[in-house]
Amino acid sequence: MMAKGIRDKVVIIGMGCSQFGERWDCSAEDLLAESFREAIADAGIDRDQIEACWFGLSMDEQNLGKSGLSASQSLRLPNIPVTRVENLCATGSEALRGAVYAVASGAVDIAMAIGVEKLKDTGYGGLPERSKGTFNELWQPSATAPGSFAQFASAYSARHNVEMDQLKEAMAHISWKSHENGAKNPKAHLKRRLSKDAILKAPMVAYPLGLFDCCGVSDGSACAIVASPEAARRLGHEGELVAIKASQIAVSNGMEMSHDSWDGSYAHTTRIAVDRAYREAGISDPVAELDMVEVHDCFSITELVTMEDLGLSKPGEGWRDVLAGKFDADGSVACNIDGGLKCFGHPIGASGLRMVYESYQQLLGRAGDRQLPDPKTALTHNLGGFPNFNVCSITVLGHLQG
Amino acid sequence: MPGTGIVSIAGYLPRSRMSRKAIADAVKWANPALAGLGKGHRTACTPDEDSITMAVEAGRSCLAASGGAIPEILQFASTTAPFADRSNAILASEALNLPSALRCADFGGFLGAGIGAVIDALDRSGTSLTVAADRRAALPGSALEMSVGHGAAAVLTGSNNPIAICLATHVNAEDFVDHYRAAGSETDYALEERWVRDEGQMKIVPPAIAAILDKAGIAAAQIDHVLLAGTSAAAGRQIAKACGFSEVRLADALDGQCGNTGAPHPLLMLANTLEQAKPGAKILVASFAQGTQIMLLETSEAISGWRPHETVRSQLASGSEEENYVRFLSHSDQLTIDWGMRAERDNRTALSAFNRHRKTVTGFIGGKCSACGTKQFPRGPACVNPQCREFSTLEDEPFKDKIGRIKSFTEDWLAISANPPLMYGNVAFDDGGVILMEFTDFAPGELKVGLPVRFVFRIKDKDPKRNFRRYFWKAAPARNAEKR
Repeated sequence: MMAKGIRDKVVIIGMGCSQFGERWDCSAEDLLAESFREAIADAGIDRDQIEACWFGLSMDEQNLGKSGLSASQSLRLPNIPVTRVENLCATGSEALRGAVYAVASGAVDIAMAIGVEKLKDTGYGGLPERSKGTFNELWQPSATAPGSFAQFASAYSARHNVEMDQLKEAMAHISWKSHENGAKNPKAHLKRRLSKDAILKAPMVAYPLGLFDCCGVSDGSACAIVASPEAARRLGHEGELVAIKASQIAVSNGMEMSHDSWDGSYAHTTRIAVDRAYREAGISDPVAELDMVEVHDCFSITELVTMEDLGLSKPGEGWRDVLAGKFDADGSVACNIDGGLKCFGHPIGASGLRMVYESYQQLLGRAGDRQLPDPKTALTHNLGGFPNFNVCSITVLGHLQG
Repeated sequence: MPGTGIVSIAGYLPRSRMSRKAIADAVKWANPALAGLGKGHRTACTPDEDSITMAVEAGRSCLAASGGAIPEILQFASTTAPFADRSNAILASEALNLPSALRCADFGGFLGAGIGAVIDALDRSGTSLTVAADRRAALPGSALEMSVGHGAAAVLTGSNNPIAICLATHVNAEDFVDHYRAAGSETDYALEERWVRDEGQMKIVPPAIAAILDKAGIAAAQIDHVLLAGTSAAAGRQIAKACGFSEVRLADALDGQCGNTGAPHPLLMLANTLEQAKPGAKILVASFAQGTQIMLLETSEAISGWRPHETVRSQLASGSEEENYVRFLSHSDQLTIDWGMRAERDNRTALSAFNRHRKTVTGFIGGKCSACGTKQFPRGPACVNPQCREFSTLEDEPFKDKIGRIKSFTEDWLAISANPPLMYGNVAFDDGGVILMEFTDFAPGELKVGLPVRFVFRIKDKDPKRNFRRYFWKAAPARNAEKR
């Protein structure tokens, strides 16, 4: 019998999300406790009912060290299996995928995914400096995240014949929109509205990305507790349940890095992962069927090319759609309604789960000032690494059917 | 050896040209007398260049103009070699993709090392490549800071169709200390110019020139080009007069737009002369360094068919003006900028990994798939072509002499670089393959999608903790490449 995918086999019964920001007041252990306590209270369970845990933590060097021990110890978990996962910016989504697969396999009824990152102990802005591996250090540029994602902009501009000034306008719209959304979110790190003019005039970080084209750097944690639909009902979860409709990861195999068949203006892995995810979730017309997307806006240009890679804009037209407001809070597909990485920053192990947290709240109608009118289907997306060398995760969420 | 001579020659000048007026303006508060020297420019390395990278560039250019000669001997000469015990010649040989059946030797110790190595090569049979380079530092506010330049030269010697035949050589050794640099010291201690001229150059050089002319049986009046290295312009005129050379025969010492490059300088001047010479020209090259090192050459008919790769004259005419004295000092490691905590990153090189990947890293050798023909860098266990992906089909494919085009780029102000912004991007090779790599010798604003680039061997990272530096290739402007 052919595998049928993950759709409607697993539901989320509780979620938590810490306050994101420069959390000088607390360590990673405290951030884990903050999101975990909200999640088990939301699920209405005792921690001893959790049977397995997947723990997302990317930068162990600046953080809690290797393995799942730190999560088990911080949360005093009942000696259950805790698997630490790391897959660049998709780390949090990777943790969710582990927990979801465990439940779907029937091995356990209740599993947990939790992610955390404490970035602000490095002593400097941006992501921590780290090794790319002994061989890669010998030849790859000492690139930063903004510099590598900036490559999208020059390649996109050349591929689609869009003047850099026009592209910068669209990029500024993206950052402006995210700040408008983030200003309504009490858990966001950056809650200030910004004018497009201020965004365009910001100092250059990595051409053509200015300071406000870049997401913040924050500490944070997020947590999801997942269960089979039967276990959820047994635990007394009545009414609408949020189900996982698809969970996909696509990883580069070197083609973008070394082969001529990629032009640099899009993320190859996003197109692969989302194609699989739409099939798994049964989505044929994403613009009509998706009510919201939470995408990996590490940089404004990444969000722009992602709109095309997800099939929400035609290739080369994303910048026009952005400027026309298609992805604004009141647009046809709201993008990063919670403020995105732009306003939450990017504690790597937590980001994917933070996106799922917003989707979950929106689908349950609990998103307060940001609540979208009656959303039914949401998509989350992470893109980790460099445009030519990356990991993409896609998760689709919606109300449980059947 | 009779019949040996120069088969090919090339010079290399770094792109950056420091304005001497900018130096004079910056240091006049301390030494107003330097204002008189504040004319023209001197060459200066950027932080990713050193004597090895410049020597490799000169060596490539010299071999490219030689019609495919493969030397049996590689000599590296410098007073500023990056390594005291790790042959700089052997490292350069791998960047030049020379076969490992090669005799390598390092020369140093004094500014006569470059021409001295060439004289050694001319005295024996076989094809030798001599690469000479110097990146001399001088104290801020010194006259030397104005007069030195950074550069390299390469000379291929042998008996296979030389463009200039060696008529005679002459060397004499005199421990006349016009300047010295103690072991472990970064800068020179220089003596008074007038004393150096009157008691040193005027007493040592003319008799040595008379001796070589006598040895060759040639009169001073028969010499077409007189090249004097290591002497001031004024001393040069006095020497010419004392030796019976007409002043018009004195070759340009490259003082105006380059400066004295040290060990490579007589060879750099010779490259400039040969690049413009006609058959039958008699050339005397004399270097003053703890005595003299002199060569007497005559150009052959072969020089009419010889095509230099990139002439010294064209390099002098290009270049990019540097007027920022603080940046110049920082690039010379004489001023420490606060690069912030990011710069504290440990740049240790895993030398066992480097050894496994030496051909890839030093030689810029990638792969070509024997099953589908796809060219790729770096080579892995399996072909990168999505339609192929065969294991164990990749054969060596050299990438260093290809031309590429910029596919995407950035100017990164966050990344750590001694010469910010760090510029890098995806580059597509014209005959297949792609690489994400650093750009060098571009100024901010110059990068554009589609621009042609060539590849140059440069310092990739420095490890100050262990006094190590590692090298890789970077994409530089290919101004002469045809438009696609």
